[in-house]
Amino acid sequence: MAFSPRTWILLALLLLLAAVPPVADYFGQPFYLDLLRRVMIFAIAAVSLNLILGYGGMVSFGHAAYLGIGAYAVGILAHYGINNGWLQWSLAIVASALVAAAIGSISARTSGIYFIMITLAFTQMLYYLGISLEEYGGDDGMQLKVRSQFSGLIDLNDASAFYYLVLAILAAFLYLSRRLVNSRFGLVLQAARSNEARTRAIGFSPYPYRLAAFIISGAMCGVAGALLVNHTAYLTPEFMNWTRSGELMFMVILGGIATTSGPLLGAAALLLLEDVLQGWSVLPKWLHEHWQLYLGVILVLVVLFARRGLASLLPGNEHHD
Amino acid sequence: MNLVLIAEQTLNGLQLGVMLFLLAAGLTLVFGIMNLVNLAHGALYMVGAYLTTYFHQTTGSFALAVLLGLAGTLLVGIVTELVALRTLYERDHLDQVLATFGLILFFNELVAILWGRAAIYSTIPDYLSGHVQITAQLRYPLYRLVIIGIGLAVAVLLWWVVSRTRLGMLIRAGASNRAMVSALGINIRLLYTIVFGFGAALAGLAGLLSGPIYAVQPGMGELILIQVFVVIVIGGIGSIRGAFAGALIVGMVDTLGRAFLKPTLATVLSPTAADAAGPAMASMLIYLLMAVVLAFRPEGLFPSRS
Amino acid sequence: MHKPTATLMAVLIAAAFATTPAFAQQKVKIGFITTLSGPQGVIGNDMRNSVELALDHLGRKIGGLETELIYGDDQVKPDVGKQVAEEMLKKHQVNFVSGVIWSNVMLAVAPTVTQAGTFMIGTNAGPHQLAGEGCNELFFTTSWQNDQTPEAMGKYMQDAGLNDVYLMAPNYAAGKDMITGFKRYFKGKIVDEVYTRLGQTDYQAELSQLRSKSPKVVFVFYPGGMGIQFLKQYSEAGLRGQFPLYSVYTVDELSIPAVKHAALGQLETRYWSPDLKNPANQKFVGDYGKKYAGKLPSFYGAQSYDGMMLIDSAVRAVKGNLSDKKGMIAAMRKANFNSTRGKFTYNQNHFPIQNFYLLKAVAGPTPGGDPVMAIQKAVFTNHKDAYAKDCKMKW
Repeated sequence: MAFSPRTWILLALLLLLAAVPPVADYFGQPFYLDLLRRVMIFAIAAVSLNLILGYGGMVSFGHAAYLGIGAYAVGILAHYGINNGWLQWSLAIVASALVAAAIGSISARTSGIYFIMITLAFTQMLYYLGISLEEYGGDDGMQLKVRSQFSGLIDLNDASAFYYLVLAILAAFLYLSRRLVNSRFGLVLQAARSNEARTRAIGFSPYPYRLAAFIISGAMCGVAGALLVNHTAYLTPEFMNWTRSGELMFMVILGGIATTSGPLLGAAALLLLEDVLQGWSVLPKWLHEHWQLYLGVILVLVVLFARRGLASLLPGNEHHD
Repeated sequence: MNLVLIAEQTLNGLQLGVMLFLLAAGLTLVFGIMNLVNLAHGALYMVGAYLTTYFHQTTGSFALAVLLGLAGTLLVGIVTELVALRTLYERDHLDQVLATFGLILFFNELVAILWGRAAIYSTIPDYLSGHVQITAQLRYPLYRLVIIGIGLAVAVLLWWVVSRTRLGMLIRAGASNRAMVSALGINIRLLYTIVFGFGAALAGLAGLLSGPIYAVQPGMGELILIQVFVVIVIGGIGSIRGAFAGALIVGMVDTLGRAFLKPTLATVLSPTAADAAGPAMASMLIYLLMAVVLAFRPEGLFPSRS
Repeated sequence: MHKPTATLMAVLIAAAFATTPAFAQQKVKIGFITTLSGPQGVIGNDMRNSVELALDHLGRKIGGLETELIYGDDQVKPDVGKQVAEEMLKKHQVNFVSGVIWSNVMLAVAPTVTQAGTFMIGTNAGPHQLAGEGCNELFFTTSWQNDQTPEAMGKYMQDAGLNDVYLMAPNYAAGKDMITGFKRYFKGKIVDEVYTRLGQTDYQAELSQLRSKSPKVVFVFYPGGMGIQFLKQYSEAGLRGQFPLYSVYTVDELSIPAVKHAALGQLETRYWSPDLKNPANQKFVGDYGKKYAGKLPSFYGAQSYDGMMLIDSAVRAVKGNLSDKKGMIAAMRKANFNSTRGKFTYNQNHFPIQNFYLLKAVAGPTPGGDPVMAIQKAVFTNHKDAYAKDCKMKW
């Protein structure tokens, strides 16, 4: 298989990420492991969103819902003393897929602005549901006392083992989404995005393809939710807040919509930028305290002038249109 | 449940409905004509509330503050349109959602820089406070009646502008066929700016009316914005008629749900179950309503013609 | 790789991993986590102002050592709070983490900090999980356990023989806790319990329901912006004169400027008030006004000020030997510092045993100025929280 320059860069990026634990360890700075682990978890969520948003043209403004469902699946089982990770994560995937199927069956019938709004509304519903679930801490959320256990195969309390697991899942999902996009299924999906009428004319009804993509994407994001709750060791309905959905979209577009490496680049750029902007205590207080002002401006500028995202700075071209 | 209470709650629902309508009208106009999803509409609502409160404090006159606040929001809206939004009309919804999401962050933080993060003091002028005795048993706050009156007046005015004036004709034409309008020699850019400014002023009006009874603080627009989206989706995006119907439906359903859902559930469920389920269901009711409407009518109740 | 590039890379890597030497620490490092951005930043700002004032009063030296304070913004998100805590622990290697406004952020942050063997000095959130089974010898708080304040109001209303009470709170965990705490001491008749949507802006529908049930008194919990809207609408609906309003965490020095006269007559219970007469508090309130344009501090600030004083007392007791954690735990348990609330002791779960007062919003000293909270009477003296019995910690 001949790799394009972009693929090489992505592989190099993943290798670089793999080198972080020993380097951080050498410099006595394990914090960067946590930071990058969080970046990669959000990158996984962004990869899943990119699948429907980038390739499917379905602008989901409620993708944080599956982050929440995945997290709740793990958290609720743990609450009842079931710490088996295989079980927890399977439930996370199945539950997210089911919720995505329910939401998708209604919303995939709509398009454009209606799709945006209906996905937002469903996520708001789940958010309020989470808040009112008193048994699971309601708005306070609850602690994940024990991280998911994988029969001794991998210990999530070991920071670097957990790190490599997240990295492996990220790599697998990147590969999976790439395969999916280039499969017959992915081609129909992309065709339906660029021209629905023509897709119908050549004999494909877009609805089942869209719904399937929506479900796959939800299930993938559920995995990110299961990882996030293990990362934070804390479960909260705040994972489903609508601003999270906005942030996930921002990651996808900042990185480069409908590109393989985009979600990773976008998640890294946004979360690292946040960390830098708010940690800039060298700046006068009134300056670094208002980092959201700059973030807002950056967001507008990216959309207006750099809409192909960070991935377009990489050599080669992934766009075929 | 007595009749007076039902009447009072209906007025409450109507009041919430017209408030939502003021916001929804601008949003739906902008969407219908420019095809722009403007998440920052709530930010303009906030700007209206802040400017009016600020002018009320500095000039001491509520009426003057209302005029200055409206003019100020109109100006902020027009500047925003010229600087940032204008280039977004031809873009897809995704870009619009993101850029206007950025504008929300920007405006919230800007307001925090100018006026601080704490809520600022705003109050009803003396001549608008107090109550009106409607029937022997029913008395209702005057200020809320004023809101209902203004909201209904704006609805009539909008109907008149859209269906009876030249501007309205252009608006309707622009919504159904943009290229044709500009081919006929109409300055479409100017039309867009006017419509956007008009929508901003409506949002500002909602903001300035709500200032005295809600908390004027950064981020106040987002609390109400999502409900407004539910309104325009239920009503049919781009349709003023739909926005009006949607706003009244959402206002009523939300208010009556909050008021009567728990007591109604208590008649079928145990009191503890009703206590737990009532408030949770009341919070989700409007989203549920929206899902049901969309399941049967994916384009909303009153789809616009385009 | 060209040489300059290589050098640049080396510099960049070194900068990215810039560490302070972990050995021979002559310096106290404190990480203070609060909310600095967004609408809730107003609370964080008051906390930070008070921390800075405490440092001024200590000559910028905690326990006589050079002191570095690192502020972190949690954005009201538990996972961000946890990340900030990790950064403080692992990158800055702080000796103490302090602050935290929200219960959910605290529940994510506190275990992270204590598991790393570092002190967590909470200065606001007091969730019951950390007071009961989840208590920890490295966790102390200078605030209160969430239930204590509504318990005081329940006690006051019970003692005053008030009946036919209407209860209202937002529908989330803290709201339920407040009502539970209230009912632990109030045994009279409750007309109805109403839970509203979290972040709700309009309460007119609920107020109409309230009027129709004609209770004798009303007890509510509406923190932050919700409180501002609730109070405005309560007065505007003309209910103020009709049904006396009692509350907890609804009216404070941060919300009064936004509601002014709509707060007049409001009754609250609290462990602290700006007019509490003790030297430490008078110094704190007086100097706060001098330093910050005549503003009054809030209880959030008082607790944060106390947090720094508590840390100072511990570092002083071990003569600056920051590795002597046992010694510092023992010192903190004595609560041996001049608290703004006056003398208090620690319960075995490291939550204060303290007095609670009934406060009333009365007209301020300057005509036309903002109302102020004034102490009416003590409701509880040396009040313990209800969860300490579940804490297995032995002193």
